[in-house]
Amino acid sequence: MAQATFEEISASDFFYRNRDIAGLTNPSRAIFVAIREIVENSLDAAESQKIPPDVYVRLSYEGEATKETQIYKLRVEDNGSGIPPRFIPSAFGQVLYGSKYKLKQARGTFGLGGKMAVLYGQITTHQPVFVTSSTGQEKIYSFKLMIDIQRNKPIILDRKVLINKDHWRGTIVEFTLEGDYLRAMPKIIEYFKQTAMVNPYANITFVDPKGRLYKFTRATTIMPESPKETMPHPYGVDVELLQRLIQITTCTNMLDFLKGHFHRVGEITAIKFLIFSNLISFSCREHGKIENDQIKWVDSRPSCPSCGKTAEYSSKNPKKLSHEEIVRLMQNLKKYKDFLPPDASCLSPLGEDLLKAGIIKELKPEYLVVHQRKPSTYAGHPFIVELAMAYGGDVPKRGTFVIYRFANKIPLLYDEASDVSYRVISVMNWRRYKVAPEMPIAIVVHICSTKVPYKTVGKEFIADRPEVRREVANALREVARQLQHFLARQEHVHMEKKRLGIFSKYLPKIAEFSTTLAQQKRLPDIDKLLKSVQKYGAEES
Amino acid sequence: MAQKKAKIAERQLEVIAGLKAFGTQIYNQLDQGVFPTINMPSRSTENINYDPTLRQFILGEKSVSRSARNIRHIKPFTQLAWAAMFSNELTTQRKTSTLRDVYYSAQAYEMTFTDQQESNNIITDLETLTGFAREDFHIFPEERSAIFGDLDIGYTVPGYEGKTLNLTSHPDGVLIGPALTSSEFIGTKADKVIAIEKGALFTRFIEENVHNKHKSLLISCGGQAPRQTRSFIRRLHDELGLPVFILTDGDPWGMHIAQVIISGSANAAHLRELNTPDAVWSGVWASDIVEYKLPTDPLDEVDIKRLNELARDPRYQNDPLWQREIKLFLKIKRKAEQEAFSRYGLTYIVDEYLPTKLEQAKGKK
Repeated sequence: MAQATFEEISASDFFYRNRDIAGLTNPSRAIFVAIREIVENSLDAAESQKIPPDVYVRLSYEGEATKETQIYKLRVEDNGSGIPPRFIPSAFGQVLYGSKYKLKQARGTFGLGGKMAVLYGQITTHQPVFVTSSTGQEKIYSFKLMIDIQRNKPIILDRKVLINKDHWRGTIVEFTLEGDYLRAMPKIIEYFKQTAMVNPYANITFVDPKGRLYKFTRATTIMPESPKETMPHPYGVDVELLQRLIQITTCTNMLDFLKGHFHRVGEITAIKFLIFSNLISFSCREHGKIENDQIKWVDSRPSCPSCGKTAEYSSKNPKKLSHEEIVRLMQNLKKYKDFLPPDASCLSPLGEDLLKAGIIKELKPEYLVVHQRKPSTYAGHPFIVELAMAYGGDVPKRGTFVIYRFANKIPLLYDEASDVSYRVISVMNWRRYKVAPEMPIAIVVHICSTKVPYKTVGKEFIADRPEVRREVANALREVARQLQHFLARQEHVHMEKKRLGIFSKYLPKIAEFSTTLAQQKRLPDIDKLLKSVQKYGAEES
Repeated sequence: MAQKKAKIAERQLEVIAGLKAFGTQIYNQLDQGVFPTINMPSRSTENINYDPTLRQFILGEKSVSRSARNIRHIKPFTQLAWAAMFSNELTTQRKTSTLRDVYYSAQAYEMTFTDQQESNNIITDLETLTGFAREDFHIFPEERSAIFGDLDIGYTVPGYEGKTLNLTSHPDGVLIGPALTSSEFIGTKADKVIAIEKGALFTRFIEENVHNKHKSLLISCGGQAPRQTRSFIRRLHDELGLPVFILTDGDPWGMHIAQVIISGSANAAHLRELNTPDAVWSGVWASDIVEYKLPTDPLDEVDIKRLNELARDPRYQNDPLWQREIKLFLKIKRKAEQEAFSRYGLTYIVDEYLPTKLEQAKGKK
């Protein structure tokens, strides 16, 4: 009789066995994902300090691995915040350890990507990762690490401390991995180009295994406002999160608990919600207990219906909630309609000016229109849609719109057809805007959110959420309208040029022929006439 | 005679003056800072009317305006100015050209015409505007008609000034081309003109000495007579006072060849003096087919359709002859060629038919 065996596996082990979900599906995809994850960590590290990022990436050939794959060494240097020495081993050697579990917008979400890349490098080449970092203080710390996959723990092979004479700040990561650069190359170059587009304040340098240099120079040093950390919004919580919050809270009643741990919940909202979920009781000094539905609001205070005096109230200690009560609380939090929508201070959109700068830098369009929507929410998560349409210039002519998708400043390069933006763009009635897919038009969609609704861990496309779809569609309509005006104006100018061209071609000829016919010596003065058509043209436009 | 001789030269001067006037009009408008504009009669079908007094088609009151101000007009306007300049050059330098030539010459001035039709239209515009035919501007079609007979002409074309020619000098006849149409008439012993539809019968007439026997100038139309031939016949009639007789096949098409010489065509409604209203269609009539028992072919559908059209045509209303013959054609449903007379011998048409028809015409006058 066969016996099932049960064993616990570590997070590292889990991801080792299931690396597909992080996008490391094949050698060409792996090298792309590795570069992307490390570069994004670097960009986040610089942005968190409001430092215009300088990221240097070098991929060098180390040798053959198999017939189709090679061993590469990846080195990424940044000028970001640097990592305090005590966190370095875990930051690179322990999966699901990270700085990104708080609620603010960041590129990474799972604290997974960078480590997955390192893990992938280790399992394909059995080489350690070298991490050098300094926060700009007196010392530079250098680590040589490997991951103990079964225990999900870093193994420190070597540790060096250097004097930081020049007060260098930043992080250098270097590790080897197996991959297929030749096949990954187009996506990698595209990734850098698009990253440069949404990070116009970054200098990005890439040296590829053939020694070719790709340099993306910043167009500005202005950076978007850093996002603020926020508490979770009531609509976005689940039972697990509630239990964790209850565990750590120091509040002794539900009112303070709600006020203290949730986004945009104040005294009145909290009381009203507690009335709604029947977790509060009121009494009056003179008239005794008041039923919840009898409460009268006087000057924004719950008051006694008989005397109008402010009522006293008490609510349960959250730590005493039963499991059933917690589940009901979670359900009520989702059901209650009057919570204020989350504000967007936790988001860091690029803003219209920066997005413009980035697109101009990379596409040099003839015309560009950028639009940022007001913050909106889905399931308690705030998000902002930024959308741009670029016409002409270096925009490639493909016979269809060129779509650049970004989420939290990350370019999304795979599975375009599954993305919500693609769907919105393809169902749009473009004829209404006199816009045709044959025109050289690029559409840039940037969605930023504390929780981007990715469909997969691989961060490739955004799920079709009705709220997100609506915002993208509205933004698209707005920019399309403006593009339509531009195209109409351009058409007019074109016609006007053509018209003037015709006049200036034929009037001199008429003058010449009529002079010969009339046997005159001097040509008639037609400048006045030519000017009159020009002036007429200018008035018309 | 001297008065007659001046005719061609005078007309040339008129043409040149007309073109200069057109040029001056445009020049002055331009010089005054005004977009040049011209008006000319419309050539659209609804503006083409038959004038029973003039016995030809004329253009009505409607006119069209062409302005260099209008973006759609400026190109044809420029082409028109070019065509006027080009015609002026031809006329002054006494050179000749063809419609095809015009199309190519324009390219030297970066005035490319889209196609031959476009350049032809512009020449027709110039005709309409000035009232002169393109032949007056020395733009000629290919020559295919000829004349033979005792007529002395004096050339006016460069290099031939002062030279004269008797039109009996070549037995094939003399081409009615630019040199001939621009020549002055000196004198003739003929007392009539006979225009013949086909070259074969023309040659037969020369061989049979018709020009002497009947004191006539013989013209081969070569099917539908070209405009310059029609205009030449008009001159022979007007300047020399010769009556004109026309011999065609006995079918609707031959009948219409005669009609166009007599009444002109709708396409040339903007021009005068291309037709000879007093010319007479002498045959072959439908009644001749019956009377002379000519060998015939049956009328086909197209012939019958054409006859019905002609029956309604205004040009066929003024002389009862036309309607009578159309009805007879439709009744007998037969047609006959000029050559059909050959069943009675090669000379029958000259010895018997022609004298009878000429007598008939005289009697009618």
